[in-house]
Amino acid sequence: MKANCWHGKHDMRVQDVPDPKILSSRDAIVKITSTAICGSDLHLYNGFIPTMEKGDILGHEFMGEIVEVGKDVHNIKVGDRVVVPFPIACGACGACRAQAYSLCENSNPNAWMAEKFMGYSPAGLFGYSHMLGGFAGGQAEYARVPFADVGPLKVPDGLSDDKVLFLSDILPTGYMGAEMCDIKPGDTIAVWGCGPVGQFAIASAKLLGAERVIAIDRVPERLAMAEQRAGATDVINYEEQEVLAALKDMTGGVGPDGCIDAVGTEAHMPGPMYGYDRMKQALMLETDRAFALRQAIRACRNGGTVSVIGVYGGFIDKFPMGSLMNRSLTLRSGQCHVHRYLKPLLERIEKGDIDPSFVISHHLNLDDAPQGYDMFLHKADACTKVVLTTA
Amino acid sequence: MDTVQHSSLHASRSPPPPSRQRTHASAPHQSPAGAIRKIGVHKVARGLAWFSVGVGIAEILFPRTLAKMIGTPTASTTLLRIFGLREIAAGALIFNPGRLRATGMWARVVGDAADLSSLAAAYGCPNTTNRRALTAATAGVVALTALDVVCAREVSKEAGLMAESGALRVTKTITINRSPGEVYEFWRNLENLPRFMYHVEEVHVISPQRSRWTVKAPAGGTVHWNADITAEVPGEMLGWRTTNDADVENSGTVRFEPGTGGRGTVVRVDLEYRPPGHMAGAALAMMFNRSPHQQVEDDLRRLKQFLETGDLVRSDASPEGTGRVAQRPAQPSAVRQFY
Repeated sequence: MKANCWHGKHDMRVQDVPDPKILSSRDAIVKITSTAICGSDLHLYNGFIPTMEKGDILGHEFMGEIVEVGKDVHNIKVGDRVVVPFPIACGACGACRAQAYSLCENSNPNAWMAEKFMGYSPAGLFGYSHMLGGFAGGQAEYARVPFADVGPLKVPDGLSDDKVLFLSDILPTGYMGAEMCDIKPGDTIAVWGCGPVGQFAIASAKLLGAERVIAIDRVPERLAMAEQRAGATDVINYEEQEVLAALKDMTGGVGPDGCIDAVGTEAHMPGPMYGYDRMKQALMLETDRAFALRQAIRACRNGGTVSVIGVYGGFIDKFPMGSLMNRSLTLRSGQCHVHRYLKPLLERIEKGDIDPSFVISHHLNLDDAPQGYDMFLHKADACTKVVLTTA
Repeated sequence: MDTVQHSSLHASRSPPPPSRQRTHASAPHQSPAGAIRKIGVHKVARGLAWFSVGVGIAEILFPRTLAKMIGTPTASTTLLRIFGLREIAAGALIFNPGRLRATGMWARVVGDAADLSSLAAAYGCPNTTNRRALTAATAGVVALTALDVVCAREVSKEAGLMAESGALRVTKTITINRSPGEVYEFWRNLENLPRFMYHVEEVHVISPQRSRWTVKAPAGGTVHWNADITAEVPGEMLGWRTTNDADVENSGTVRFEPGTGGRGTVVRVDLEYRPPGHMAGAALAMMFNRSPHQQVEDDLRRLKQFLETGDLVRSDASPEGTGRVAQRPAQPSAVRQFY
């Protein structure tokens, strides 16, 4: 089959690789129809995530048709159309029983690697480094899905791929980001980053009852999308406006009730501090540039909540712990427990509460995946989201 | 069959096996180890750490003076400086608690051996000017080596890496979302063990108490032993010990405790073993070979996968499941090796 393989920094290649096979009785094989490039794939593309090997198949947002199931998979059958959640979860361990699926205690066979970096290991993920399992990803024609009796969601034929594909990751991730803010009617929520996850965090904050949602980015098209499509009430271009002052002004000097970091490890910032952190990163004195997170903490109102859904890999410095502690802030975070949100969000899509396809800017063939990465990285041609199809 | 070791069950997590206790345990203040314990193992270790750092700095800054002092004025200053770095690194490790301290102490022991062999070489060297000074230096290093060995052993015991008997010790724990009874049952059927212990090729049950083990050796080939169940409380614990003719003498306990808040079973393994080669083997194992620790850790993780999910978890990069072998790229393999 064809698959999009990582070969190093800024080196993706579509190659012929062996077809996946069932390895365990709870596996299924999915023939992929649509698969997307995620902003977090760019962290791999830029070489910021350790434990990658040449030849790794990337991709963790995918859907398609079941073509083979192991003998212990009974809830889905050959021919079913499914969306696959990006975390792999066994459904039986303590974490899965508590619905914390992205913390599955069994799905990462390389847990010992993650433990060296992080203390304990989270769940295994599709196509996201060896320390998170070394599972082949979904930017391919076929994928093996472990624990297929737990993860894949059957989707009705009436809904197009574009409408349901993002249930695999970015829609639930944005939704969880908003949910973690415990939004009450009348709340103001600020969202750093208007990439696809940020767009869905904005839309979700509205769905959950926020009165004002303030979108922060520097790309005019993305800010326009936040306002026109996701439902942001206000926008801030952080290269033109001073974010803290603007937020203070917009909220009557109080600050937003909830702040969502939908940026993560490769944040940008105008001014000399950006150069300083870039340099530290290059010298391996820190692994992540946390401008958005630092700002979100300082901007949040006293007693408010900072919700982190942008991906971080390792260590940051200049973390404003004093601001967090003295002002009684709550910091929440996590890789999305996708399984928990699949059915409720599918219902929202069916009811027409949200049509996630608005973030798509480009459809490409799987063969053109490397160009897709390059375009997405440079936000060329107003690229916000690339969907790869195998047809 | 009921427990043989009632008294030790609830007393502590890691009771020293009674038959292995040495005299110093009963008369602690009469042995060197007892003396170190009386002063305080941490104090002695920190003292040696400062000493290491001091000697290291001296070796780096004044190698020539030092060489004259030990009667070998033409000794290589480069070698002395390298030894100095080694001393500082060992000292820095010893300032940490736990495993790192033990690693640092055994690094000192290995360093002492290097010092002694260099001094021995100096005896045969025509440029050695002062044999009396050389002998004094050698005597000093010999005394220091003795202190380092005793202290390294005590530090290793405190870090849980060495049993009271001097055997190497491994303790690991994992929580499994199954009842203690279920986990115990699975384990007590000893022939199940090779399903999650990859280094164990076969366990052949000879009688309810005795089993014959075939285990992969690190350098290829296999080693064998017979093991007896020495203690057993159904649903709670198992204790075992190898018989006298074992290739690798080992013993230990595995306990199955109910987890707090309905978290299934906490499995605690506490085992000790004697590697061939005794002290040197032990020192090398402490310094370089973490594999018994990793092995038990991986074994327990696979046990958890097995009992919770019904199978081992395999990925494209790790088709054999959890284990510390080289990773394949994360893409399907052309050969169907398993299942």
